Amino acid sequence: MEGPGCPVCVTSTADLDLAVRLAQEGAIVCTFGDMMRVPGTELSLSEARAEGADVRTVLSAADAVEVARQNPKREVVFFAVGFETTAPGTAAVLLDSPPKNFSVLCTHKLIPPALSALMGLPDVRIDGFLAPGHVSTVIGWRAYEPIAREFRVPIVVGGFEPLDVLYSIALILRQLREGRAEAENAYVRAVLPQGNTRAQELMARAFEPSDARWRGIGTIPKSGLAIREELSPWDATRKFGVQGELGAEIVPGCRCADILVARAVPTDCSLFGEACTPLSPVGPCMVGAEGACHVWYRYGGRPKL
Amino acid sequence: MSRVVSVRREAETVRRLTEDRVVSLHGAGGELMGKLLSERILPRFKLRAVGPIGLDALDDGAVLSLPPGQVVVTTDSHVVKPAFFPGGDIGRLAACGTVNDLAVMGAKPIAMTLGLILEEGFPLSDLDRVLDSVAEVLAELSVALVAGDTKVMGKGELDGIVINTTGIGVAERPVSDAGLSPGDVIIVTGPVGDHGFALLAAREDFGLESDLKSDVAPVWPLVEKALAVGGVTAMKDPTRGGLAAALNEMARKAGVGIEVREADIPIRETVRGLSGLLGISPLEVACEGRALIGVAPDRAEQVLSALREHPLGREAAIIGRAIEDYPGKVVLDTGVGGRRFLEMPLGDPVPRIC
Repeated sequence: MEGPGCPVCVTSTADLDLAVRLAQEGAIVCTFGDMMRVPGTELSLSEARAEGADVRTVLSAADAVEVARQNPKREVVFFAVGFETTAPGTAAVLLDSPPKNFSVLCTHKLIPPALSALMGLPDVRIDGFLAPGHVSTVIGWRAYEPIAREFRVPIVVGGFEPLDVLYSIALILRQLREGRAEAENAYVRAVLPQGNTRAQELMARAFEPSDARWRGIGTIPKSGLAIREELSPWDATRKFGVQGELGAEIVPGCRCADILVARAVPTDCSLFGEACTPLSPVGPCMVGAEGACHVWYRYGGRPKL
Repeated sequence: MSRVVSVRREAETVRRLTEDRVVSLHGAGGELMGKLLSERILPRFKLRAVGPIGLDALDDGAVLSLPPGQVVVTTDSHVVKPAFFPGGDIGRLAACGTVNDLAVMGAKPIAMTLGLILEEGFPLSDLDRVLDSVAEVLAELSVALVAGDTKVMGKGELDGIVINTTGIGVAERPVSDAGLSPGDVIIVTGPVGDHGFALLAAREDFGLESDLKSDVAPVWPLVEKALAVGGVTAMKDPTRGGLAAALNEMARKAGVGIEVREADIPIRETVRGLSGLLGISPLEVACEGRALIGVAPDRAEQVLSALREHPLGREAAIIGRAIEDYPGKVVLDTGVGGRRFLEMPLGDPVPRIC
């Protein structure tokens, strides 16, 4: 079963609305390309751009700093999304005295607390996790050991090529057959036991863990990264005195939370394929191309093998 | 003295400006525009008429005497960022885009028009390069430039240059993109994704460097070879939306399924690398010098050999065939024991972080 797809998809509506609002109020908002089409309460960032807001796509936080340097008279906000993969890049620019007209709307999220939260939900039927390769290059595969132990669930870090995925699944099955529940690494060419300690150190210096809002799931304790007090001049929420409106994370009828923990399949949801489609998605599982609902919608009538 | 000096200075500024940059007068129909036409545009194009009234007449329209056959007309407006990219520029893109649309209709390109919309301040040296590129393509195919138009818009009102081209061709037997029947073999004339990724890599905001060049080129020489062999049932150029969009359109319009083997689709290593880096499928980005050709099964091998004889077609490949099942859908054999639908792209591909 697919997870929520990607960090972009789990970015909360409240945070997205904030980014749209900052753009509408005149800031240049820079973000990653796949963030553009994710729906907010009223507008996505690409719709806001169509209405005249200055929204730009960048490939890294450093690119956003460059935009700030080139536009010294404008406020430039980097809408920082992503897990441990992209967070070190944001940390690096925050710690490198960025220009005064630059700030970060920080919605970085952490994988291990999310896995724990999923396992802590009632009636969970997850037999094993194929853990994300890119995130694991940063946090290391040992980071999953406490979760594997606590919840007695196999966690295997996998790569992205077809053989990587098949191998990871084979390792999960082997653990299940042998009655083991361990963290294991099937992506040895990229992932170290301890991960990238330099990146971890940058993150620790720039951020502190905070409660975070996840689209379709709600708030998960200590699953996000907030900018540390000493770097507050570059924290967009403090700089502009704005705060996301809470409460709109779960649209009535949306069953993404159930689907994410394998308590339901997409066709069990009354919105699926009607109110919720890839072109106008409601929940996180429909937003990203790898989301369970998106995949089900596009490939559900799949060709026979 | 001040007045005389300042007038002189102004004249000097105007002279300098009009010598190296586009100014509003270039599109105003006056002397400056005449100069632009006579000095920069007309001399670049060898063929300027296919009938009694051509470009030189600077009349209100061209009069064409066309060879026998059915007349095919196509029009296209071109905006591209950046205007100059590895392997080509907006001029080459505009000319190729138009003559290629004619070619995949089975029509020999005969004549083209050229509408230029320029931003005030656009460097004339850049305009020269763009015009050279257009001229090069037309000369290669012996296509005449028969009519044109130039407009200038204010600074900031457009991004540098916009080109509109209309192409006129003649087909003995036009080929549509809807002509596939089950059993027909699908050939692509070369590697896919080069243009899309060359452009993405060239956009300075991404800071990527690669040796990849756009595939922008006229496909008529290849199409002509295929038509000479015979058995061609449908053609399409996979521009916007790439192979995925073109195959889906061909399947939908003909009411057939198309089965494609992923492993047989020619894709360059550099394109694969950039595709992985940016999270964009090479099957969803534009090609500007490729054609998809549907061929009756008994002629497929002959058409393929004919294509491969031409330098542009050396990497041509059979990638799949039309089938009765799954009408309107494209089925991709992934080569790892899976089959999935290759869907119509949702929109312009954007680089992804996940």
